[in-house]
Amino acid sequence: MSKVPADLRYTKSHEWVKVGSDGILTIGITDHAQEALGDLVYVEAPQQGRKVQAGEACAVVESVKAASDIYSPVGGEVLEGNAALTDAPEQINREPYSAWIMRIKPANAADVNTLLDARGYEQVLAEEAH
Amino acid sequence: MGKRTPLYETHVAAGARLVDFGGWDMPVNYGSQIEEHHAVRRDAGMFDVSHMTVLDLGGARVREFLRKLLANDVVKLHESGKALYSCMLDEHAGIIDDLIVYFMRDDWFRMVVNAATHDKDLAWIARQAQPFGVKMIERDLAMIAVQGPNAREKTAAVLPADARAAALALKPFTALKYGGFFIARTGYTGEDGFEIMLPPPEAPAFWQTLVRQGVAPCGLGARDTLRLEAAMNLYGSDMDETTTPLESGLGWTVAWEPEERVFIGRAALEAQRNAGPKRKFVGLLLEDKGVLRGHQKVIADGAGEGEITSGTFSPTLQRSIALARVPVASGDALQVDIRGKLVNARVVKPPFVRNGKVLVK
Repeated sequence: MSKVPADLRYTKSHEWVKVGSDGILTIGITDHAQEALGDLVYVEAPQQGRKVQAGEACAVVESVKAASDIYSPVGGEVLEGNAALTDAPEQINREPYSAWIMRIKPANAADVNTLLDARGYEQVLAEEAH
Repeated sequence: MGKRTPLYETHVAAGARLVDFGGWDMPVNYGSQIEEHHAVRRDAGMFDVSHMTVLDLGGARVREFLRKLLANDVVKLHESGKALYSCMLDEHAGIIDDLIVYFMRDDWFRMVVNAATHDKDLAWIARQAQPFGVKMIERDLAMIAVQGPNAREKTAAVLPADARAAALALKPFTALKYGGFFIARTGYTGEDGFEIMLPPPEAPAFWQTLVRQGVAPCGLGARDTLRLEAAMNLYGSDMDETTTPLESGLGWTVAWEPEERVFIGRAALEAQRNAGPKRKFVGLLLEDKGVLRGHQKVIADGAGEGEITSGTFSPTLQRSIALARVPVASGDALQVDIRGKLVNARVVKPPFVRNGKVLVK
């Protein structure tokens, strides 16, 4: 079974979101997503300062098998893309919940409440398994 | 639910990730696809390829029939068990499928065709075979490909004693029959090894014996990166009915001599050869970051546009490689459109990798 840490928020498109005490969101892909994609070989993180809408494709991860879009969970501004992943994309396979892809400052702090909690995401996974 | 091979339960028990492949539930990877790839390049790995179609063609005029059906010429096959790779063309020289044909006896040839093209292949062959009185029988056999520098030794070790020496003595592209087993020194990875056909009920035990011998189970994911490094075409991606062998890097498989042999598609193919094909098939190395993929647009400065037919990240080269069909006047420095961004790629002479060695710079 794939890991779903209780202290994170999630999206239906398999991103995890860590809400910092300063309201900044750190975003990556879930254990389930990395397992489904297989060995990751390339990450294209978004440019700093880019304005994104909720649900906008703003980064790409590529495994040997396929390319996959990463969507912004909320509207806001990209503060940083994780440059360390450029040369070590396999970090995402090893530690999906440490190898973050981008940090976003939400336009509206309350938007994080629209995201799934761990239980909600586990339900999404259970439904997909059928 | 798709069709299942005799090894389906074995794959599930091993924790394989299964995907639909031409209507079959097939393992795409067991663990890391890259590790499976390396196992084949460095030691020995095995693939369940039981989804492929095995056809036996029989009749007094079977050789004559195959000389018409195939663009390559089975007249080259004299020794029992000798194999030949060929395209099967339609009247327009479009590729219906690519296949391997084995000469067994004067009245018996065996053919292995792709799984995804099963129905159309059988319909086409049956129609063409009728005037020759050739009968076609589809064999229900499991097939396991064991590939890698140590594949033959490891496989021989689990064969019955009296089959061992004969299997190890097989020359490349030849096969032997041993009881219900058919052992061929062929493959689709660019490494040495065997492709073994066997009765379906015996497949799971044989697979497990190979696992104990240290042969790594590998999925279709690794099979794809291995065949791409070896620049072996994949039907449906690199070629289909809209392309000819001359536009698919397969001119070498067409037997033009003797001139009087009239194979299906010959007239159209000759016309294309005489006029000069407008497109050529090339290998590409990505010089920038990213991953080349099938259907990405290739831009050849001054010569027009082409398309990547298959691309991937090469675990051996640690960079992206691809096969592409481009205008014949294209130079060696090309650009590829990856999600709207132009990246640089360089034309190289395939294969990229053979027998564990990198052949491109």
